Amino acid sequence: MPSLGADMEHGTLVEWMVEPGQQVTKGDLIAVIETDKGAIEVEVWSTGTVEQLCVDVGVEAEIGTVLARIREPGDPPAEATAPTPASTEAEKPKPAPTPAPSTVPAAAPPTAAGRASPWARHLASQRGVSLSGVAGTGPDGAIIGVDVPQAKATPARAKGSDLDAMRRAVARAMAKSKREIPHYYLSTEVDMTPTLAWLSRTNAALPPPERLLPALLLIRAAAKAAREVPQLNGFWRDDQLEMADAVHIGVAVALRGGGLVAPALHDADSKPLPALMAALSDLVRRARRGRLRGSEMTDATLTTTSMGDRGVERVDGVIYPPQVAIVGFGRITERPWVVDGAVVPRQGMTVSLAGDHRAHDGHLGARYLSVLCEHLRNPEAL
Amino acid sequence: MSQITYREAVRMALRESMAADERVFLMGEDVGRYGGSYACSMGLLEEFGEARIRDTPLSESGFVGAGIGAALVGMKPIVEVMTVNFSLLALDQIINNAATLRHMSGGQVSVPIVIRMSTGAGKQLAAQHSHSWEGFYTHVPGLKVMSPATVVDARGMLLAALDDPDPVIIFEHAGLYNRKGEMPDPPPKVDLSTARVAREGTDVTLITHGGCLWRTLEAAQALAEQGVSAEVLDLRVLRPLDWQSVFDSVAKTHRAVIVDEGWKSWGFSAEVSARIAEDAFWMLDAPVRRVAGVEVPIPYPTHLEQASIPQAGQVVQAALQAVGRG
Repeated sequence: MPSLGADMEHGTLVEWMVEPGQQVTKGDLIAVIETDKGAIEVEVWSTGTVEQLCVDVGVEAEIGTVLARIREPGDPPAEATAPTPASTEAEKPKPAPTPAPSTVPAAAPPTAAGRASPWARHLASQRGVSLSGVAGTGPDGAIIGVDVPQAKATPARAKGSDLDAMRRAVARAMAKSKREIPHYYLSTEVDMTPTLAWLSRTNAALPPPERLLPALLLIRAAAKAAREVPQLNGFWRDDQLEMADAVHIGVAVALRGGGLVAPALHDADSKPLPALMAALSDLVRRARRGRLRGSEMTDATLTTTSMGDRGVERVDGVIYPPQVAIVGFGRITERPWVVDGAVVPRQGMTVSLAGDHRAHDGHLGARYLSVLCEHLRNPEAL
Repeated sequence: MSQITYREAVRMALRESMAADERVFLMGEDVGRYGGSYACSMGLLEEFGEARIRDTPLSESGFVGAGIGAALVGMKPIVEVMTVNFSLLALDQIINNAATLRHMSGGQVSVPIVIRMSTGAGKQLAAQHSHSWEGFYTHVPGLKVMSPATVVDARGMLLAALDDPDPVIIFEHAGLYNRKGEMPDPPPKVDLSTARVAREGTDVTLITHGGCLWRTLEAAQALAEQGVSAEVLDLRVLRPLDWQSVFDSVAKTHRAVIVDEGWKSWGFSAEVSARIAEDAFWMLDAPVRRVAGVEVPIPYPTHLEQASIPQAGQVVQAALQAVGRG
């Protein structure tokens, strides 16, 4: 069970998208997990064959619970263990395992699946390569020194992107932004209670793969607001603002292992929500696999960054040049809210805007934020 | 170049050293009239006389102690203890006196004694004559411990030991005395400090010494026929051991198998294995393996005796495991 957010403690397995025996490739979606934040698709992080599904549909499991076993190429088959039954048994404390009576100290397990020799580890660390996925030819299938050249592709290269180059690109863009763009910052709080309630109702009627994520509504609201306040949707070029015709929302995606990309979710203001959800899932998946299309890397007209799942209250973004604004979404938390003269608990979120003061002024930025919040408060119109 | 036996090589060194230096004498049980239990000193009594080829009473503590005393006053005694099994009676003299006196006298005296003893099984001499206790002596600081496996070392190490100012123990494997080997002409000098690569290889290092060298070389040949290139390291010097050569070879092959006739637990092979794990860990591609003596008193019946000591087939098996084919 992966941690899909800083405050996530457990998740419920709602769907298996693979079966035992099926081949999977790193990055494939294999399961849907329902969390406090909604249904989230789980990507597999290794390539191989699904050996065993260890958790049944409907079971709530703590973070770190083994959901499935993937046999990587070259791994000998492992012994199967009984899957966790779809009942509350998972909640019961397990009795301490009784040690098997034995007159000799426990010997090494019969297989060395995933093991690498000290020499192989030393070589891999020297060469900066990862041993995962390398087929071992040593004792009991362990990865040994001579197997290391197979790992010549660095993990980053294997995913189709070069993390060092990406870091340099981020450095160049951000330095240029802070050097040239006079940022102004605005923020406001929005009551997300009606938005989440609508989302919950909508999702209840949808099969798990089609359920919408809260993040999608944030992007949608940002996109619709950009349509209405077009001065924030475009580029600053040759000392003047070029407003864009389309609304392509850049979605900041943090890559595992470091790095950041903000590919464009095309026509985020007009595409029907289910299609936009599918496009977002696809975009994030491809971003993490380094399979983005060139256009997506360049034609975003306004970027959003959402740090809420990292537990962050608010984020004041750095504008990605030549864009002229970036919208930041913080964490949705229950907080006191005054409604009709009474303090009530509400699901609040801080929305912030960093604007390019060359292209527009705070007055316009404030209007944009206000429109965005209005869209969030009326989710059925999204 | 001529073919001589290991026994002849030892005798050659005895004769050469006695002829060259009047301070050298040989002392031990049956070394004189009988010519030595393994006939190494046959004929030397006639050649050098009773003062220098001295038969002793059956008292290892007594005659080893006398040898230490002679060394302290400037002689160069060669003391022959019939087998390592009997040397336990002299252990107090060797450890508490020979090994300590340089240290305890603040360097004022040294003990240039050479103690030769036979070791090892294979001659159907039963438990009290057949053990391999090199590990008892390699444990002791202040001693140098040799394990010559070849005729060149059998001769050369004895001569080098006589030139060493400190006590040197030489283990002669009982199974080697009749073994013939090439002795170059002139016979070469050898050192008391380095290990020797007895066979070059790239896939696994077989670390051994003394009587086990020849079975290990047999194993290496068998491995070569199966496509495994085994390097055989003849340690020669067991203390102070030439660790650099061990690590260099392991750095090349990334696998080590230790072959030693002594009991496995707590023994010589355990120390070699531990040092590889400590200092060459990041070089390893496989767990270090040991082919060592079975933990029994060496049996008398030949099939049980052979079953209790390392055999070439076991070395092959261990090497194949190390390369992932076992």
